[in-house]
Amino acid sequence: MGQLSLFGALRTVVARDITLAMRRRADVFTTLFFFIIAVTLFPLGVGPDPEMLRVIAPGVIWVAALLASMLALERLFSADYQDGTLEQLLLAPHPLSLLVLGKVLTHWLLTGVPLVLLSPLLGLQLGMDVPAIGLLMLTLLLGTPVLSLLGSVGAALTLGVRGGGVLVSLLVLPLYIPVLIFGAGAVEAQAVSVEFDAYLYLLGAFLAVSMFLAPLAASAALRISVE
Amino acid sequence: MNFLLSFSSPKTFYPLAGKLLPWFAGVAVLLIVLGLYLGFFVAPTDYKQGESYRIIFVHVAAAWMSMFIYVVMAGWSAAGMIWNTKLSDMMAGALAPTGALFSFIALWTGALWGKPTWGTYWIWDARLTSELILLFLYIGYIALRSAIDDPRRAARASALLAIVGVINIPIIYFSVRWWNTLHQGASVSPTMAPKMAETMLLAMFVMAVAFWVYTIAVVLARVRSEILERERNTAWVAELVLEKRK
Amino acid sequence: MIWASWADFFAMGGYAFYVWGSYVVTAVLMIAEVILVMRRHRATLARLARTVSAEQMRVEGE
Repeated sequence: MGQLSLFGALRTVVARDITLAMRRRADVFTTLFFFIIAVTLFPLGVGPDPEMLRVIAPGVIWVAALLASMLALERLFSADYQDGTLEQLLLAPHPLSLLVLGKVLTHWLLTGVPLVLLSPLLGLQLGMDVPAIGLLMLTLLLGTPVLSLLGSVGAALTLGVRGGGVLVSLLVLPLYIPVLIFGAGAVEAQAVSVEFDAYLYLLGAFLAVSMFLAPLAASAALRISVE
Repeated sequence: MNFLLSFSSPKTFYPLAGKLLPWFAGVAVLLIVLGLYLGFFVAPTDYKQGESYRIIFVHVAAAWMSMFIYVVMAGWSAAGMIWNTKLSDMMAGALAPTGALFSFIALWTGALWGKPTWGTYWIWDARLTSELILLFLYIGYIALRSAIDDPRRAARASALLAIVGVINIPIIYFSVRWWNTLHQGASVSPTMAPKMAETMLLAMFVMAVAFWVYTIAVVLARVRSEILERERNTAWVAELVLEKRK
Repeated sequence: MIWASWADFFAMGGYAFYVWGSYVVTAVLMIAEVILVMRRHRATLARLARTVSAEQMRVEGE
């Protein structure tokens, strides 16, 4: 087999991860069901008043998406860690950050994108109007990749550590807070007819910066965890 | 340079820390006494907040230290990663509990100051909320470090976490400030500090330095225990430990 | 002196609970930290001494 180009390597990682994920389709659905159930809990907890629900809807949906995304982090590296593939990736001639980016991209396609697509339903359930739902989808589209990228650093640091799932949440949730503030904030600003462009630009900036830095940090973390 | 570098070995640092420790401890006690004297017997009563404002002398000092310690912790973490020195790792780990303690004290005193000043024990203003998130960052660091059994992996993983954290702290603070102004609503964001007389500023400054010296003393003591643990299989530790027994 | 009497000092203009609540908790926590650090050091020395002398006795016994 000849040397893979950078893009070829990326494509191989993505294709492999998607193939493996398709064999365990249930994992994708459990994340989605968590998202739906978590959102449903809020009206049950705070009461069905439509006015109040509409006001808290962006925050509620964003928090649920954030938690669902975080729960799915465990699947990012652990399977490869256990069957030895991760060690092979570390030894590959291609830059580890690129391979990590490929894994995170797949993770987002299988976790974040379904959340984005499902959010209109939940927005309607909480009484949001159509323009608000549209903006919510856009913020989730920009924000969920950042969640996957930041989460990958936490997942890499806690590979094989006991209590890993809860520990990852503790590490990663504080880092998620800026994304949550600007994601939900954009929709809330629009609801009171305030300019929300700045929020979207900031989310875009977070995405650009984390797409570059997070794989570097996650690669370093993987080397620390595996060696 | 070699002279300085020699202190980067745990073996030479242990006795050095032991010698410096009493001095830092003594200075810390003196500064605390001075700061308390200035705060309680020299600084005047505030015309708006009465005597309740005197809490700032510990609140602000603790808050500053909690942030300063995190940065220093990240610094030692970076040093440990760049130069692969065990002692840097140990210093970073020794700083965390004190940093977490100060951020808790900042939150506690902030709450007790908030109640008489604007009626509630907790308020979601930018500084208190950021302080709470800082406490979470400390707890995450300590949790990660203690969850990993291999000390080398634990040190390196938590070092990376500290560095990621220190980069994120300004971003988090900026976001929380933005969030706070967005949700202003009816209640105006209260400004915590009263108009500061010179003596008030002096007392605050003295307390901050006092807490800093205290931190150095506590961290020196804590790192000595760390050194003994990590180096327990070496000859010099065996000798030292048997000496102490007699 | 700012305070008319010790009673005034302890009363803190009615804010005694808040002021002393802050300072006492701070003092307790900081002193507790110092005590814990000192105890850990002593315990570590004692524990390692036991391990080292046990090892020595084992070696001598061979």
